[in-house]
Amino acid sequence: MSEETHLGLRLAALTLGAVIIQIAVVSQFTVFGVNADITPLVVGSAGLLTGPVAGSIVGFSMGLLIDMLLVQTLGVSALVYTLIGFGAGRLRELRAPQATFTPLGLGAAATAVATIGYSLLEFLLGVDAPVSFLLVRQILATIILNTLISLPVYAGVRRWLRPALPEDPRRRRRRAYTTGGLSPLSRQ
Amino acid sequence: MSPDLGCDETSPALRKLLRDPPFHVYDKTVRRRRAVLGLLVALSLILLTESFGDRTGGGLHSVQRGFLTVLSPIEDGASRALKPVHDLFGWIGDTINAKSQRDKYRKQLQVTQAALIQANAAVRVNAQAAATLGVDQTYNLASDGPVTATVNVRSPDLFNEEVGVGRGTSSGIAQGDPVVDGDGLVGKVATATSNEAFITLINDSTSGVSATDNTTGAVGIVDPTDGDPDTLTMAYLGAGDIVKQGDMIVTAGTVSTSTGLAVSHFPPNIPIGRVTSVDSNDPGAGVHLAPMAKLHDIDVVQILTKVPGA
Repeated sequence: MSEETHLGLRLAALTLGAVIIQIAVVSQFTVFGVNADITPLVVGSAGLLTGPVAGSIVGFSMGLLIDMLLVQTLGVSALVYTLIGFGAGRLRELRAPQATFTPLGLGAAATAVATIGYSLLEFLLGVDAPVSFLLVRQILATIILNTLISLPVYAGVRRWLRPALPEDPRRRRRRAYTTGGLSPLSRQ
Repeated sequence: MSPDLGCDETSPALRKLLRDPPFHVYDKTVRRRRAVLGLLVALSLILLTESFGDRTGGGLHSVQRGFLTVLSPIEDGASRALKPVHDLFGWIGDTINAKSQRDKYRKQLQVTQAALIQANAAVRVNAQAAATLGVDQTYNLASDGPVTATVNVRSPDLFNEEVGVGRGTSSGIAQGDPVVDGDGLVGKVATATSNEAFITLINDSTSGVSATDNTTGAVGIVDPTDGDPDTLTMAYLGAGDIVKQGDMIVTAGTVSTSTGLAVSHFPPNIPIGRVTSVDSNDPGAGVHLAPMAKLHDIDVVQILTKVPGA
């Protein structure tokens, strides 16, 4: 099995698993009056780890799956999540952020794009709901809650995808040094 | 690495060509990335348009329903498999919720208890005030210049049986004035300032009240009982005086200045206490009585400011 196929299978399983866990488990817990939503976090994490192409495909697939399972207007979540996955992948390409707390910022941004983008699209589609303080509060609470859980979600996604990801050069260097492969002391 | 063009790479022409190419090079990755994004966005918009325009049911909705039919067992299975996790989080949430509710109800209970205590205190003070005001008529004290005062200081120890009231010399109160409440004799003013007075209760070790048995007429002095602030002792009874259990002991009051007896601080016939026991071996010093006034629970008193001899 090629590396790309391996990665594709893992991404597909991640997409399906995340959507099912979100719908079957996470969405049933209410914290601060809102539900956590791990799907934008998973899409953002996948984009950050695999790049914009894979990230956008994961986003589209996950969004479409959500639209299908929740019997929503098809394409709304797919469009928003595609942009999230692509944006996270571009962030990896352009900045290659290595800070420990990058997933926090990414989680907040991904959730903000997901919630605000979804609301905007629904308004554009003519959903008869006023822009109320309740909606703004709910969006803010969801962003805060998702930011809090973004680190463990990112860690889980990275753990799941790591076997299929190209080896990180820094990690390879570190391991080689540890085993003496590149140690300057071992060279004669 | 520069491409192999079959010529010398150090030639100025080639270097210029590499540095400033006459055409734009589109990297394959970039093109692929843009194509994928454009395709997915376009697909989303097509789906959105079709789905939105076909809300009543159609091809897309059939696909959606079919997909839901296929995936719902998986979703249901996952929900069942993850039920323990769900229950765990539900239990945690319920516990936190129950704790917050418990704290809320505790606070409500505290507030209610505080209000109840205040209400009970108000009822008690009102009852005492009404009884104290009625003392004027009951014991004909109107001519003794009664001044009603509220107790605001209580002695913190058992050695000094004193209370303080918020009235003083500015209200006509002076040292030695007798103090009563609705139940009977309380004590006398020990010291008074312009706006405050301290009252020595009748169970204080320095107290002594000339008293008489309201039934038999026996005369004596009511003193505190050592070591028992809730009991008084009637002593110095005359020979042949009889005091019986249950008799009411009242103040002897000012009897006469012509007899040579000291003028009492207290007006006559104010209840002091009821005899609880009489020691048959020593009736002269073994008469014990329970004070009528609730000396540990006084809120309102009347200070008699115009008693002769006070």
